[in-house]
Amino acid sequence: MILSEFISYDVLRVIWWGLLGVLLIGFALTDGFDMGVGALLPFVAHTDVERRVTINTVGPVWEGNQVWFILGGGAIFAAWPPLYAVSFSGFYLAMFAVLAALILRPVAFKYRSKRDRAGWRSSWDWALFVSGAVPALIFGVAVGNVLQGVPFELTPDLFSLYEGSFISKFIGLLNPFALLCGVVSLAMLLTHGAAWLSLKAEGTVAQRARRIGAVTGLVTIVGYALAGVWLAFGVKGYAFVGDVVTDGPSNPLYTEVERTSSWLVAYAERPWIAIAPILGFLGMVMAVKGLRAGREVSTLLWSKLGIFGAISSVGLTMFPFILPSSISPRSSLSVWDSSSSHQTLFVMLVATVIFMPLVLAYTAWVYRVLWGKVTEAEVTGNSETVY
Amino acid sequence: MELDLVELSRLQFAMTAMYHFLFVPLTLGLSVIVAIMETVYVMTGRPVWRQMTKFWGTLFGINFVLGVATGITMEFQFGMNWSYYSHYVGDIFGAPLAIEGLMAFFLEATFVGLFFFGWDRLSKRGHLTVTWLVAIGSNLSALWILIANGWMQNPVGAAFNPDTMRMEMTSFFEVMFNEVAQAKFVHTVSAGYVTASVFVLGVSALYLLQKRHSELARRSITVAASFGLASALSVVVLGDESGYEATHNQRMKLAAIEGMWETEPAPASFTLFGFPDTKARETHYAIHIPYVMGLIATRSLTQDIPGINELEAESERRIRSGILAYDALMTIRQERDATPQAVRDTFEAHGGDLGYAFLLRRYIDDPRQATDAMIAQAANDTVPTVWPLFWAFRVMVALGFAFIGVMAYFFWRSSFRGGTYPRWALVAAVAAIPTPWLAAELGWFVAEFGRQPWTVDGVLPTALSVSHLSVEDLFLTLAGFVTFYTVLFVVEMGLMVKFIRKGPYQDVDAVDAWNASHTARLTAKPGATDGPVGLMPAE
Repeated sequence: MILSEFISYDVLRVIWWGLLGVLLIGFALTDGFDMGVGALLPFVAHTDVERRVTINTVGPVWEGNQVWFILGGGAIFAAWPPLYAVSFSGFYLAMFAVLAALILRPVAFKYRSKRDRAGWRSSWDWALFVSGAVPALIFGVAVGNVLQGVPFELTPDLFSLYEGSFISKFIGLLNPFALLCGVVSLAMLLTHGAAWLSLKAEGTVAQRARRIGAVTGLVTIVGYALAGVWLAFGVKGYAFVGDVVTDGPSNPLYTEVERTSSWLVAYAERPWIAIAPILGFLGMVMAVKGLRAGREVSTLLWSKLGIFGAISSVGLTMFPFILPSSISPRSSLSVWDSSSSHQTLFVMLVATVIFMPLVLAYTAWVYRVLWGKVTEAEVTGNSETVY
Repeated sequence: MELDLVELSRLQFAMTAMYHFLFVPLTLGLSVIVAIMETVYVMTGRPVWRQMTKFWGTLFGINFVLGVATGITMEFQFGMNWSYYSHYVGDIFGAPLAIEGLMAFFLEATFVGLFFFGWDRLSKRGHLTVTWLVAIGSNLSALWILIANGWMQNPVGAAFNPDTMRMEMTSFFEVMFNEVAQAKFVHTVSAGYVTASVFVLGVSALYLLQKRHSELARRSITVAASFGLASALSVVVLGDESGYEATHNQRMKLAAIEGMWETEPAPASFTLFGFPDTKARETHYAIHIPYVMGLIATRSLTQDIPGINELEAESERRIRSGILAYDALMTIRQERDATPQAVRDTFEAHGGDLGYAFLLRRYIDDPRQATDAMIAQAANDTVPTVWPLFWAFRVMVALGFAFIGVMAYFFWRSSFRGGTYPRWALVAAVAAIPTPWLAAELGWFVAEFGRQPWTVDGVLPTALSVSHLSVEDLFLTLAGFVTFYTVLFVVEMGLMVKFIRKGPYQDVDAVDAWNASHTARLTAKPGATDGPVGLMPAE
C-alpha cells in the first residue's frame, strides 16, 4: 500500500514508541487504581458492608480498565514483535504469576458477593488483595530489570536465548535495584487506589484510605528518589556505536551497542526530559498533600500526574532503547531496530486514530454516568445487581 | 530439537485454548439473546421481559467473566511460550489481535459494567443501547480473533523479508478479507448462537419440568428456538469447509478428515463411515455417498480432490524446493546488499517453500545437509494422524444436524402447538445442554490438530515456533494452569447451578404496577379485544 509512504518509517517508529507509553500509562492510570483498591481492601474495610462499598467503587469499571492491559499486550505484539517475543518468554514465570493474578481478579470481583458465607467472601477478599498487590510489584520489578539490561541473546535466525533456566531465571529478576523499583510501583498504585477511594467512598473507608495513602505516597516519593540516585551511580547505560540508521530493517543484530557509564547521560544530551521526573515528584507530593487535606478530585488528578511523570521518565531516560541485553549488548532492542514493518505500523496507526478517540469518548461517558459516591445504602439496597 | 518442550507447549496451548472456548460460545450467543429479550421489553414494556433480561444476564455475567479472564492467557501465551512464532509472524498476526482490543474488547468490557450497574442510572433506551453494544463488541471480538486464526490456516497478504528474518504484511486487506477467516467467523459465531440457544432451551425446559417460572421459561423457549433454528442452519450450511481448497495443507486436512488416501476423480464421494488405518494407508469398511464430498469441498462436480498420498509427494517436492530457498537465504544474509542477482532470483522462485525446508530442522540444523531419508521423513510429517480427525469431524457434523432437528421441533411446538411441550422433549432438552460445547471443541480440534505440523500453514513448523524454555518451566505452569482452571471451573459451575436453582428475581412491585396500568388501559378502551393480553398464559 502506497498510503503508508505518507509517514516515514522512523517517524512511525517514534509515534509507536509514544503510543506504547500511552498504553502503559493508560493502564497504570485506570487499572492502577483497581489494583490499588484491591490491595488496600483488607486494610481500609473491615466489615462486609465496608468491603462491598470498597469493591463497588471499582465494580462497574474494572473490566473496561483491564482492557488497557490486554490492549497493551496486543499493541506490543503488533508494533514491537521482538519485544513481545523476548520479554514475555524471558520473564516466563513472572509473567505466569501476573497472569494468575489477572485471571483471579475478575473472578474475585464478580463472584465474591454471589454467596453469603463469610469464608467464601473472605477468601475472595484475599484473592483481591493478592491480585492487586502482586502485579503492581512485578511490573515495577520488570522495569527495574529492563533498566539494568536483561540476559538474553539473539541468534542469527533472531531466535531469543535467555540465560539461566527455570527458578534461577526467576530468582535473577529479584535483585535489589529491581525490588526497589517494585516497591515504588506498588506504593504508587496503593496511593492511587487511596486517592480513588477518597473520591468514591464515604466515611470510615475514605478516611482509612487517606491515612494509608498519605504514608504510601511518602514511600513512593522516597523510593523514586532513591531509585534515581541508584540509577545515576549504580546502573550502567547503553548507547549505539557510531551512527544508527533510523529507518532500516528491524534487525537488532544490524546495529552495534556498547555500555555507557550511566543512563543519566541522556539528561545532559536532552535536558528537556527532566520535565518527566519533575512532574512525577510534583504529582506525588501534591497527592500526599491532598490526601492529608481531604481534597478529592484534585488529589486523584495529582496522583495521575505523578504516575504519568514517573512512567514517562523511565521511557525517556532509556530512549531509543526498549529492552537492552546485559549479556549481548548488540542484541538489545531499540526503537530503530525492533518494530513491525512500515506497512503494519501505518495500518495500526490508522486503526488507533479511528478507534482510540471513540474509546476515550465512551469511557468518559461511562464514568460520567457512574459519577458520585458509592454509599452503603446503595450497596445494600441493590444486592441483585451490584457486587 | 527438544521434542518434549514442543509437545508440552502444545499441550498447554491446547488446554488453555479449549478451556477458554468453554466460555466464549455462550458469551457470543447469550449476549445477543439477552439483547433480543431486552429489545422486546423496551418495545412492549412488559416486566416479564425485563425479568428475563436480568435473569439470563446474571448467568451471562457468571460465564462472561471467565471468558475474559481466560482470554488474558491467550493474549500473552504467544509471547511466553511461542516466542519464535511471535517474532516470525507478529508483524501480521499481532495486528488483528491489537485491533480486537481497540475496536471490540474495549467496547464490550466498558459497557458490560453498565449493563449490570446501569439499570437505575440509564433510561430504558439508554440501557438497551448498552446491552446491544456489549453484544456487538463480543461478536466483533470473535471476528478479529478469527481473522488472526484464519491467517494461520491460510497465510495471505504477507511475504518473507530476509533482512528481518520474518514474515511481513504486504496487504492488510488480504489479511482481513481472507476467505478462510470469513468462513470461520460465520461458522464460529453461529456455533456460539446455537450453544446459547441450547443452553437457554435446556434451562427453560428444566423450569417447565419443575413447574416453576413457566411464564419466563415459555417465552425463553420461543426466543431460543427461533434464534437457535436460524443459527443451527447457518452453522451447517455455512460450515467452514469452503476454505479447504485454499492451500496445500488445508487440502491435506480435508483428505485426512475424509480418510481419503488416493486422489478421487471428480465428483468425489463422501465417506460416511469407516476405520482409517494409517499404517496400511487405507480406510477399512468405508461406506461412501457419491458426489457429496466434491460438492462440499469444491462446490463443483468436475474438480478432482487430491488424496493424502499425492499430497505427501507434493510436500517432498516442496521441501526440496525449500532447501534451494534456504541456501539462497543464507547467501543473502551474508552478503546483504552485495548479493548476486542470480541468488535473489533463486530466492524469488523458491521463497514460497522456505517453510518446508524448516520442517527438516527437527532432524538437522542445516537443511542443506539433509539426507533423502530425512526429506522423506519430513514429508511424512505433513500427514496428520488421520483417525482423530476423521472421527472428530463426523461427531461434530452429526451434532450439527441434530441441533437443526431439536430447534426445528421446539420452534414448531412453540409456534403452532401453543407452546406446549411433551415431557420427553423437555427431558431431552435438559440432557442436550452439554452437547454444543462438545461440538465446538471438536470443531477446534479438527481445525488446529489438522493444521499440524504447522503453526502457520506452509510457513512455520510448530517445532520451530516455541520459546527457549526448560521442560521444568512448562511442567510448573502446566500444573499451575490445571489446578487453577479446575478450581475456577468448579466454582463457576457451582454458581451457575446456584443461580439457575434460585431462578429469576421476582420484581413484584414492577409486575403489579404494569398489570394495573395495563388493565386500566384495556378498560379505558373496551374495543381493544385483540390486545397482547391474550398472549399471556394465565398463571
